[in-house]
Amino acid sequence: MAKKMHIQMTVNGEEQEFLAEPRELLIHTLRERLNITGPHIGCETSHCGACTVTINGKSVKSCTMFVAQANGAEVTTIEGLGSPDSLHVLQEAFKEHHGLQCGFCTPGMITRASKLLEEIPNPTEEEVRFGMAGNICRCTGYQNIVKSILAAAAEMSAAKEAAE
Amino acid sequence: MIPAAFEYHRPKDMAGVLAVLVEHGDEARVLAGGHSLIPMMKLRMADVPHLIDLQDVDGLSGITVDGGRIRIGAMTTQSDIIGHAALAEAAPIMREASLQIADPQVRYMGTVGGNVANGDPGNDMPGLMQCLDATFILVGPDGEREVQARDFYEAAYMTDREDDEVLVAVAFDAPSGGYAYEKQKRKIGDYATAAAAVLLVKDGDTCSSASIAMTNLSDTPVWSEAAGDALVGTSVDAAAIDAAVAAMLGDIDPTQDNRGPIEFKRHAAAMILRRAIARAWDRA
Repeated sequence: MAKKMHIQMTVNGEEQEFLAEPRELLIHTLRERLNITGPHIGCETSHCGACTVTINGKSVKSCTMFVAQANGAEVTTIEGLGSPDSLHVLQEAFKEHHGLQCGFCTPGMITRASKLLEEIPNPTEEEVRFGMAGNICRCTGYQNIVKSILAAAAEMSAAKEAAE
Repeated sequence: MIPAAFEYHRPKDMAGVLAVLVEHGDEARVLAGGHSLIPMMKLRMADVPHLIDLQDVDGLSGITVDGGRIRIGAMTTQSDIIGHAALAEAAPIMREASLQIADPQVRYMGTVGGNVANGDPGNDMPGLMQCLDATFILVGPDGEREVQARDFYEAAYMTDREDDEVLVAVAFDAPSGGYAYEKQKRKIGDYATAAAAVLLVKDGDTCSSASIAMTNLSDTPVWSEAAGDALVGTSVDAAAIDAAVAAMLGDIDPTQDNRGPIEFKRHAAAMILRRAIARAWDRA
């Protein structure tokens, strides 16, 4: 067994420190070590995006990063976006527009969408579909996911305008 | 899903990287974006006892457009390429191709150096680099050397890079004229069934220079000198395009897989090259 490494990372604003083998995949760190079980595992070939989290400002498939690489990183998961009492605009929009059914892809979808809307605040439908192409869904047929994201974008823009 | 155990190294400079490579030889591999290597390690198809993470090594990422010369550091991500305004102006084919590689998450991590050094004929950048006549810059224990992209690829996963060398940058002259990267694929994120990189220069009504490379149609990328030559001096009319396609078909050597049988791939290659030539000529 390889030597364990001392790892420090910030997850959803909280400092975490632990010893881990370098080969531990970040998705397993989140789910099994830190009990942050929103991000899911849907494949072993880096296609599905169910494990998507935000790392140092990038949407990353956490199944394709070793915990060693994330040493020192800042990580945000679905749990860090909103809470049941105070949903993130995207969480509210997915609920309102039926953007989920089984819910397995949803944490990755919403985490990815949050970054997409940071980069393109007012995306077209095509930009949403292309920008979400790293996330697979078995239930919705994507249509209502696109609606949810466009609705969230409109709401975020309106809120931003109102604030200005 | 579960990779084998390894020793992890995260050096701060190239001297540190080379020290591990020299000490451990082919037991050591560099880790760039990790989006080809980690999947192979998870399937236990790659055995890497010593992994050298390049993320803290200074000077490996960044894009410079200096006059007509472009240099892209090996750790520059696909997403950096897509977002770089000066590169988009100087070599718009780079952005066009990057947008057809993988998906957003993979493009945040996957690097140009990893794409070209990987040696998988499915990767898109190698053919593009051959089309651009790019130079690869490698650093090893004896210093730096340059290899032309057109000489770099030997077979699937076999390149001119030595075990103790690291590919640190790609460099090429900003292309003039029209460009196109056309890719036929089954879905987002798939490697090409067939893809073509085309650069054409127009002088009046005549094509004065042409470069054509094909992706995933052999065990290496294929720069088809004959296909380009078939267009030079013509007005890129139907007969010239037919000749270029015929020349390209003489240079590729596709194999059957779940993207289709050989005859279909040859058909797809011809179709995609016709489209790429038409679009490049239109933009020239």
